Amino acid sequence: MTLDVDIREPLDGFTLKVKFSAAAGLIALLGPSGSGKTTTLNVLAGIRRPEYARVLFDNDVVADTDQGIWTAAHTRRVGYVFQDSRLFPHMTVRHNLRFGRWFNRKFKSDAIPEAHLVELLGIGPLLGRTPLTLSGGERRRVALGRALLAHPRLLLLDEPLGSLDQARRQEILPYLDRLLTEVKIPMIYVTHEVGEVQGRATRVITLKPEMEQ
Amino acid sequence: MEPASDASIVVLSLKVAFVGTLLSLPLAIAVAWLLARRRFLGHGVINAIVHLPLVLPPVVTGFLLLRVFGRRGAVGGFLEDALGLTLAFRWTGAALAAAVMGFPLMVRAIRLAIEQVDPAIEAAAATLGASRGWTFATVTLPLALPGVLAGVVLGFAKALGEFGATITFVSNIPGETQTIALAIYNLTQDPAGEAALWRLIAISIALSFTALLASEWLARKMDRRR
Repeated sequence: MTLDVDIREPLDGFTLKVKFSAAAGLIALLGPSGSGKTTTLNVLAGIRRPEYARVLFDNDVVADTDQGIWTAAHTRRVGYVFQDSRLFPHMTVRHNLRFGRWFNRKFKSDAIPEAHLVELLGIGPLLGRTPLTLSGGERRRVALGRALLAHPRLLLLDEPLGSLDQARRQEILPYLDRLLTEVKIPMIYVTHEVGEVQGRATRVITLKPEMEQ
Repeated sequence: MEPASDASIVVLSLKVAFVGTLLSLPLAIAVAWLLARRRFLGHGVINAIVHLPLVLPPVVTGFLLLRVFGRRGAVGGFLEDALGLTLAFRWTGAALAAAVMGFPLMVRAIRLAIEQVDPAIEAAAATLGASRGWTFATVTLPLALPGVLAGVVLGFAKALGEFGATITFVSNIPGETQTIALAIYNLTQDPAGEAALWRLIAISIALSFTALLASEWLARKMDRRR
């Protein structure tokens, strides 16, 4: 899939401007705190409507605010691994993983089988547990599995290693690398540390907050 | 008029309160969601209207019910002609009065519970393909459930003890509209009714106490879940 993105949104003290085209692979979105990385992801996911956005997935116009086009988040098929995981606290890990299945049942064919993904992420032993009993690293892995099982066309990762200590990072990285080789959809990986994406990213986009004239 | 037995009075009261609470619950959930999650013109006015039965003299609410839902009222006349449903001076009317009086308490509790659900979790559900309605049914409502139940218990308890609006709207008819509160009122006017009076008072205290304990327990359960 090719991705065309053009976003403009006034933020605190500057106007966020992001414009890029990319094909499948890992697209790294770099920039300091407050440069609009998460805002960009929220716009792509459809949970924040900006002043201007034109977003195309192949030839599918997902957003074109000048034309009044704004596809609702739940019909976009954009997987989102939030920085704070946002697992459903009232469901077990298994039910969290299966949450998106019903809503996206039409798209079954092109998905990774659940059992394979569970193995790939090493979350088999967690299936019966509830999110509150999981460690930060375990939550990230479950959130990753949950997003992928909803059959997304694009996967957004917001600092997937953020707020984890070195040991936890080493716990997650191998899973990420395995996913990169198996998942064929484009991924946008937000981080403020270049090191995390070195050797992995096929494309690097750097956001710089520019002051208004 | 023949006096009704304690048991039949309690059963009628429970029936009136149960039906009233059940009928107002869906609307209470809808209004609570609207007030918790939407900002719109007239937000404050709707909030005030919802709370009106809580602060109006109950006799005013009862009188307005009679004028609107009575046999010659705009809505009451229609219900009787179209559906054969009579409200005035019937237990169904008592249930309506109970529903109206319990409504503000239910909306308040449910709104607070919905406000405690993190919108970020709802956004996560949307990215997984859940529409707004599905998100509400599978994420918001289950997470708010203890608060919803606490609201139901409070509304039920209020409905059970309702007096002013009920007596104005449907009068005090043994076996039809005479709930515990109305029966107690009658007995206070009757020097021979002392024993029966205290029996009903004891029942009334027990029911209210149980409802309050239940709602308190649910509220604590809600806190632990967060």
